[in-house]
Amino acid sequence: MTDHFEDLHEAEELTADEEKLLDELGLEGESRRRFLGQVGAAGFSVFAMQLIAERQALAAGEVPIEPAAERLPLENSVKVAFNVNGEKRSVTVDSRTTLLDTLRERLDLTGSKKGCDHGQCGACTVIADGRRVLSCLTLAVTCEGKDVTTIEGLAKGETLHPMQDAFVKYDAFQCGYCTPGQICSAVALLDEAKRGEASYVTETTGNRSAKLSDDDIRERMSGNICRCGAYPNILKAIKEVHRGEETAATWNFAKPGLLKKEVGDETV
Amino acid sequence: MRPFKYQSAATVKDAVGAVSKSEGSKFIAGGTNLVDLMKEDVERPAALIDVSRIDLKQVRSEGDSVVIGAMAKNTDTANHPLVRMNFPLLSQAIFAGASAQIRNMATNGGNLMQRTRCVYFYDTSMPCNKRERGSGCGAKEGLNRMHAIFGWSDECVAVHPSDMCVALAALDAVVKVEGPEGKTRDVPFSAFHRLPGDDPTRDNELKNGELITSITIPKNKFAGNSYYLKVRDRASYAFALVSVAAALELDGEKIKDVRIALGGVAHKPWRARKAEDYLRGKAPKTEEFEKAAKLELADARALEHNAFKVPLAERAIVRALRQASQ
Ligand SMILES: Cc1cc2nc3c(=O)[nH]c(=O)nc-3n(C[C@H](O)[C@H](O)[C@H](O)COP(=O)(O)OP(=O)(O)OC[C@H]3O[C@@H](n4cnc5c(N)ncnc54)[C@H](O)[C@@H]3O)c2cc1C
Ligand code: SF4
Repeated sequence: MTDHFEDLHEAEELTADEEKLLDELGLEGESRRRFLGQVGAAGFSVFAMQLIAERQALAAGEVPIEPAAERLPLENSVKVAFNVNGEKRSVTVDSRTTLLDTLRERLDLTGSKKGCDHGQCGACTVIADGRRVLSCLTLAVTCEGKDVTTIEGLAKGETLHPMQDAFVKYDAFQCGYCTPGQICSAVALLDEAKRGEASYVTETTGNRSAKLSDDDIRERMSGNICRCGAYPNILKAIKEVHRGEETAATWNFAKPGLLKKEVGDETV
Repeated sequence: MRPFKYQSAATVKDAVGAVSKSEGSKFIAGGTNLVDLMKEDVERPAALIDVSRIDLKQVRSEGDSVVIGAMAKNTDTANHPLVRMNFPLLSQAIFAGASAQIRNMATNGGNLMQRTRCVYFYDTSMPCNKRERGSGCGAKEGLNRMHAIFGWSDECVAVHPSDMCVALAALDAVVKVEGPEGKTRDVPFSAFHRLPGDDPTRDNELKNGELITSITIPKNKFAGNSYYLKVRDRASYAFALVSVAAALELDGEKIKDVRIALGGVAHKPWRARKAEDYLRGKAPKTEEFEKAAKLELADARALEHNAFKVPLAERAIVRALRQASQ
């Protein structure tokens, strides 16, 4: 058997680049022979060529953003440029593509979720030009020049947005699928309240700077459905951030210290 | 979704020109209704002309009226001080519809043009005269709990889904439209939407290529005594079973003027003119409201599953009027 691998290796010469790649992969001696035997030297060459070409492109700064999708024939292709989470993005899309699919499938931002895809559940909520909107009913081509913020754009580095913190603190979710939409919606709600915007349950002509009541928060969040029914905790989270009203959390992530239980002299 | 060409229009002229030139072209504004219907394969435009960037987004005072732009968002319209001060009824009606996200996207023009939520209209495997003339009406003999009790025909029993339009009907708004060659016309709100008759494919009197540019609302004395009541299957984010826009102008112990419009009951926002006529000059008392509501509902014709809407509408009128009179 070993002889057979030996033959293969000997029969087809590897280039210097390919040799280097095998070294980087940590394949030496017997394991290198075994690997080449399984893929065949010719197969390895194809793999190596692709990898080497991509590395060269990367080194030259020509990063293909969407290699696979760009190669598909688009029936009515439209180029659209907009800002996503503060970064300029430019994509060529079929005119039918929604903002949601563009974010998820083309820009690798899979935080925004596809729930009903018909504007009825709110899981796809993002913030466009400061307003919460449904990305599933927004055609990407209509976003030219707009500023889009998704759940991925709320935290500052490692520091969560206060609304994200509050959702964690109050356990404002179960399965988590609706959560990115809930949080984007809640963040936009804070600004709407600051601007004095009304709702069906507020006095339309009344005091514009008043803090929102529980019923008002519920009404304003009615476009975000939660099938797990985490509504009471979602309300608590929003209340804390909007009204600065802290409620004792009934639940929290265990801290390392809490996990350690003293049993005699031992720590388990 | 079927393929379509996309083009953004900068001016009314560009938009009207583009749509009137090619048969299968449609305007798109907020997209909240059209994109949904395209995903369902109910709407199949060959081209979309984006009108959302046309500069018709203002809300302004003009003489004795307030003019709201067709491209203004529902949210901005409902929150505008001129609307909140002069027509709280309109603000309330807009806020009663859809969700915050959808109201942020939806335009005033698009709201007027939104299509029925009849489930047979949405389901392309079902007969529907509105979607395909002559194919039959799935709802007439099918499930019609959500459907009309006024003004329906054997061809179609659907209702108009808008809340905003119910308030605009009560407020006697006027729709300004512009067609090819810059021709404009003013359509009184009650003549804008139509009853199904023998052609339910047409929801309103807008002609192909015509664009809604603005909506004018004459100032009135109803601001202090108006109320939009929406009755639905859940407390929020659901279409109306029945809704009532009620507005009163009181003169001491008498009703000087009154407007009542109903949603969720007909193919168009339904002006309750019989109830209005009865109430003028009467005292704003519950007994009178009850008599007026009864009079209006005497003409209602229920379908198999929506007989509940008749007493519901009657009580909703009374409650909305009582709320408005306080
Ligand atoms: C889940 C959900 C719930 C909803 N609930 C409610 C509710 O409770 N109450 C309610 O009232 N509404 C409700 N809506 C409907 C919503 O209000 C409408 O979809 C919205 O108003 C349509 O406006 P748009 O700008 O998005 O229109 P688009 O979807 O862009 O267009 C709709 C139609 O209008 C035409 N059009 C657009 N602008 C113009 C113009 N200026 N002139 C001529 N034609 C034009 C388009 O060609 C298209 O045919 C709901 C929608 C959804 C998705
Ligand atoms: S009620 Fe109208 S919209 Fe509904 S199925 Fe009948 S024809 Fe179609």
